[in-house]
Amino acid sequence: MNGQSPIWSLISTFGLMSLFAVGGAAAAVPEMHRIAVEVNHWMTDRQFTDAYAIAQLSPGPNVLIVTLIGYAVAGIPGALAATLAMCLPTALLAYYVSRLLNRPRESRWPGVIQAALVPLSIGLMAASALILAQSAERTIAALLLTTMVAVIASISRINPLWLLLAGGLLGFAGIV
Amino acid sequence: MRFPLDRFRTVLAMARPSFYASDMSSDSAPAPQQPDLAAAPPGLAALFLAFAGMSLAGFGGVLVFARRAIVEQHRWMTADEFNETFALCHFLPGPNIVNLSMVFGSRLRGIAGGVAAFAGLLLPPTLIMMVLAIAYAHFGDLEVLRRILAGISCAAIGLLIAVVLRMMTPLLKRTDPLPVFLMLGVFLTVGVLRLPLQAVLLVAIPVSVGVTYFLRRKVAA
Repeated sequence: MNGQSPIWSLISTFGLMSLFAVGGAAAAVPEMHRIAVEVNHWMTDRQFTDAYAIAQLSPGPNVLIVTLIGYAVAGIPGALAATLAMCLPTALLAYYVSRLLNRPRESRWPGVIQAALVPLSIGLMAASALILAQSAERTIAALLLTTMVAVIASISRINPLWLLLAGGLLGFAGIV
Repeated sequence: MRFPLDRFRTVLAMARPSFYASDMSSDSAPAPQQPDLAAAPPGLAALFLAFAGMSLAGFGGVLVFARRAIVEQHRWMTADEFNETFALCHFLPGPNIVNLSMVFGSRLRGIAGGVAAFAGLLLPPTLIMMVLAIAYAHFGDLEVLRRILAGISCAAIGLLIAVVLRMMTPLLKRTDPLPVFLMLGVFLTVGVLRLPLQAVLLVAIPVSVGVTYFLRRKVAA
């Protein structure tokens, strides 16, 4: 992608990535990290985790972390280009497939493929957690907070927003 | 990227072999209403506003709000139709709720409806995200903001771990070890070895589809 405009890099990168985003946005985080931090050096590790945190905290679909990545690369045009490239191709694909395939239940294949994607999605999301954890603060207090939130969210039905806000508050207080 | 609770629920449902056969119809049982044929299809502005509302309400997952608005509040679709359309969008690549907006909108009002719903879902939160991006570019290095974001990051990672654990449980409870190996394989190649997603999936998807097909035939026999 050398020698090309950054906007075009964003469009080709996220357009291609979206076609492989099985299991949605959380499963695409490792690839976003690889491209944005390791390959292109668009962001630092810290900026990437910050973007993930900001996107978690704001309303809207999960996928909008790409808006922040796009902005870091090329400002407002970059933000728009990354968002559209990540969202529009697969949405159009879904539109055409839904017209072709009015009743997906009639065939067994969508069911088989869907079930087959489940373990892959989980593996990808676990990889997301690992990569984000490696990029974040690695103090004892930070690890403790991560673990506690994981435990609380696993055993209770508390609204995740409260846990995010609690994390922010602990950070503000200088505990993490 | 928020806590993907909807995904967690959907994937849990799909991990059961009976997902297609019975779960969808039983899910629709508590919502016996027919599609309100008397109601005219919504206008483009109504579609845009409805999806903008779902999107902005969707702190804990947009899908929950989408189902509530489309099936219960506006009655644009029955629960069955909603499930079928969501299953299709989940099966295709890309951000599912975004795919869903396009498919829903276009089923109600053609391609223009699809675009209206898509824009409603994405435009308001994208604008918010751009404001946050600008703020971050200006103030991201402030010590106090650094600390707050570090705390939020830890919590966000904890939430993601919790989702993974919950999703993994039904997989570990089943008797066949192959899906677990596939999950571990993807985790190691993508998470530890940091191989490109495309390369991993081009191998993993055919293998997993083959394994699933084989296992289902074994169960049926």
